[in-house]
Amino acid sequence: MSNHLSQKFEEIVGKGNVLASEVDRHSYSYDAAVLPPKLPALAVRPETPEALGRVVKTCNELGLPLTVRGSGTNLSGGTIPSVGGVVALTGALNKIIEINEADMYAVVQTGVITAKFATEVAKRGLFYPPDPGSQAVSTLGGNVAENAGGLRGLKYGVTKDYVMGMSFYDVDGELVKTGSRTVKCVTGMNLHGLMVGSEGTLGVFNEIILKLVPPPKASKAMMAIFDDLGKASETVAAIIAAKIVPATLEYMDDFTIRTVEDFAHAGLPTDAKALLLIEVDGHPAQVEDEAAEVEAICKRIGATRIQVAKDAAERNKVWEARRAALSALARVRPTTVLEDATVPRSKIPAMIGALEAIAAKYKLTIGTFGHAGDGNLHPTILTDKRDHVEYARVEAAIDEIFDVALSLGGTLSGEHGIGTAKSKYMVKEVGLGSIQYAKRLKAALDPKGILNPGKITGE
Amino acid sequence: MSEMRQLVGLLKQIDDQLVACMRCGMCQAVCPIYAETGLEGHVARGKIALLECLADEVIKDPAGVKERLDACLLCGSCQANCPSGVKALDIFLKARAFLTGYYGLPPVKRAIFRGLLKNPRFFDTVLGIASKFQGLFTKPVNDMLGSSCARVFSDLIGGRHFAPLAGSALHEAAAERDAPRGFSGLKVAFFYGCVVDKMFPRIGEAVLTVCDHHGVGVYMPHDQACCGIPALSSGDRETFEALVAHNMKLFGEADFDVLVTPCATCTSTIKKLWPLMAENLPELTRFKIREMAAKVKDISEFLINDVGVVPADLPVSGEPVAVTYHDPCHLKKSLGISAEPRALVAANPRYKLVEMDGADSCCGSGGSFTLQHYDLSKRIGKHKRDNIVATGAMVAATSCPACMLQIGDMLSQAGDKLVIKHPVEIYAETLAGR
Repeated sequence: MSNHLSQKFEEIVGKGNVLASEVDRHSYSYDAAVLPPKLPALAVRPETPEALGRVVKTCNELGLPLTVRGSGTNLSGGTIPSVGGVVALTGALNKIIEINEADMYAVVQTGVITAKFATEVAKRGLFYPPDPGSQAVSTLGGNVAENAGGLRGLKYGVTKDYVMGMSFYDVDGELVKTGSRTVKCVTGMNLHGLMVGSEGTLGVFNEIILKLVPPPKASKAMMAIFDDLGKASETVAAIIAAKIVPATLEYMDDFTIRTVEDFAHAGLPTDAKALLLIEVDGHPAQVEDEAAEVEAICKRIGATRIQVAKDAAERNKVWEARRAALSALARVRPTTVLEDATVPRSKIPAMIGALEAIAAKYKLTIGTFGHAGDGNLHPTILTDKRDHVEYARVEAAIDEIFDVALSLGGTLSGEHGIGTAKSKYMVKEVGLGSIQYAKRLKAALDPKGILNPGKITGE
Repeated sequence: MSEMRQLVGLLKQIDDQLVACMRCGMCQAVCPIYAETGLEGHVARGKIALLECLADEVIKDPAGVKERLDACLLCGSCQANCPSGVKALDIFLKARAFLTGYYGLPPVKRAIFRGLLKNPRFFDTVLGIASKFQGLFTKPVNDMLGSSCARVFSDLIGGRHFAPLAGSALHEAAAERDAPRGFSGLKVAFFYGCVVDKMFPRIGEAVLTVCDHHGVGVYMPHDQACCGIPALSSGDRETFEALVAHNMKLFGEADFDVLVTPCATCTSTIKKLWPLMAENLPELTRFKIREMAAKVKDISEFLINDVGVVPADLPVSGEPVAVTYHDPCHLKKSLGISAEPRALVAANPRYKLVEMDGADSCCGSGGSFTLQHYDLSKRIGKHKRDNIVATGAMVAATSCPACMLQIGDMLSQAGDKLVIKHPVEIYAETLAGR
């Protein structure tokens, strides 16, 4: 059957762009989530938007599950295909169609790499703020499908705040247009709003219109170290209470600090209990004022050490510790489970306390770092998936992390998506009615259920 | 089937290394092959996933995995950029050896590695004869670069513009020596490497000139064998081990402070791969290999850090010559050396260093990769050529003779009139006529 199927897709995308060998199928059976792989029938690599549209149409006609894949960096299994399904690769659809400086927007194809796009935008004196951790390889299509966040969420928002419009293919391969290049647009339903974070379950993106903003003229970074977790959270609250919105406000726990120090020798005190990395940006005068005020707050609440970066080199040094966090943690054990349960900012101390208790209860190593300013923490469980006994405890711990996050008024996922990894927890957060509503919506738009089945709402 | 069991068993030995890959996919940002093909099976994450499938017997046919594994420059960009510290190169080299054990070495490689490379004297003789007759089969195409192309169509050479074999190899032109420490108080053993010996003896001569000038004693035996990387990267561990043993015999007992080479690949191979692949050897041999690995240095690293070369005080007439420097993967990504070769270039005031975009991106040579995947190698090399030419430099410098061959081919095919030099040649020019 697969030979016949390959031929059918070769007619659409060309011979070299159908990947159906044993190794190719295995190559597209996984993503960055710690989940079992699923073997698709084949992968296709369309080189034109028209070919992409025809791939969607054909999959629907044949009732074949279709999963769109950019760089496969998803952490919740969103790009793991269905067994026997089709994977559509967006790598060849990687053109930046327009960067409009006068009207401050850009039009891109879905396979454009996030960091390359941000660089091109910066060359034209503009700024695209969303900066997910995988930005060096992630695609904009993937960012929109997952509503990716990043370090700048607190001040600049996340991907959804930059999507002005798009065109996408419905299951019949018809092109649907929504939104526009204008700041204001109430023409038709806000379908692009629906598409953001839909994880490939409602349509296949073609072109995306993204908002750009002027870059800040100045920025200042500092690192504050605390011997007490409570003081660190108090500092976060005090900064926000002082009506200062830092561009980044990052947190690192004691385990992460020690691991980073072992790995990168950045000069961090290994007896510290918590570390905050704070960067303010904007007009130079405002940056000076705010930086001084933040420094004063840190001092007042009792930071044991404050290091303000005086120049770009020092700023880089301050950031080095944060950049090394995941790398350092990932080297401790073979398997790294990176979670992103998120709570209201004020609940961070409670969440961190609960994480410590969970680590002790299940005898696991958990390092926590993340975006303190927006309540999005990354408890990182260090384990070995080959040790089935320990991994069962990991799964139980994850269940409990979600329960705690929800009990604190938080959410299952801040930026990694639901995919298949967290779909079973959905009901706890949104209730059965919401899931049924989403399922009915999906059934109406995708009657055969071919678009990335099983993601978000489960099977 | 029993061979398959054996292959699976071998792959299980590296399971701990395979499982360290957390599938984050950050290697996609830096892999030169992936940048061209966009195929998951071509990037480190994909290759490691396939090896795991093979180890778990989910994939039944190793041929497809071997093909993906062979599409790799072994440039180490993925390893240098890996957040979880996966030793991708160790994995790939070991897996290649396992797969070569399973499939056997292809006849051509068997003839070259076991017949020629393994017997340094015979290798020297064959190439010595070849250099005298090469004019019959090739013609010069670029005077500045000194490159040639095939006069008569040949499958191996194809459309390449390559550096011809030197009229006289270094081991013919320069006598063996074992000179004592001079006024520097330092003595080096000089491992010149095959490409310098047979194609760029002028680089070897520059090394000798510079050492003489700075009062550095030199031990330079002939009958040196290849460092072993071509055999190892083709999975021929037997030849690799024989070559290491030959060289250890030649250098192991000699008296010197530093083993210098003007070849980034030789330096990296001796420093990292000799000890890595010695794991099954007797303890004493392993110890000696580790000692040798600790002594090896790139020539620029030695000259800048040990000898203390500083910019020469020379009169400069007119504009300095613009030179751009390409970081060989085996020097920067493997050993973290990028400042020293630039400092050595800067030690000649008649040159001015102009940085190119992506100075540390791979040139696409990858040793024998270019022989097997010439089209891909050329596409990667073209980016390097474009970045070099965009600087407007008259000279392209790099510290690896294999990169020099590749860059020379790319520049020559584009008809560019640039000269390629090793940093030690540029520095040696300051000593001429002093």
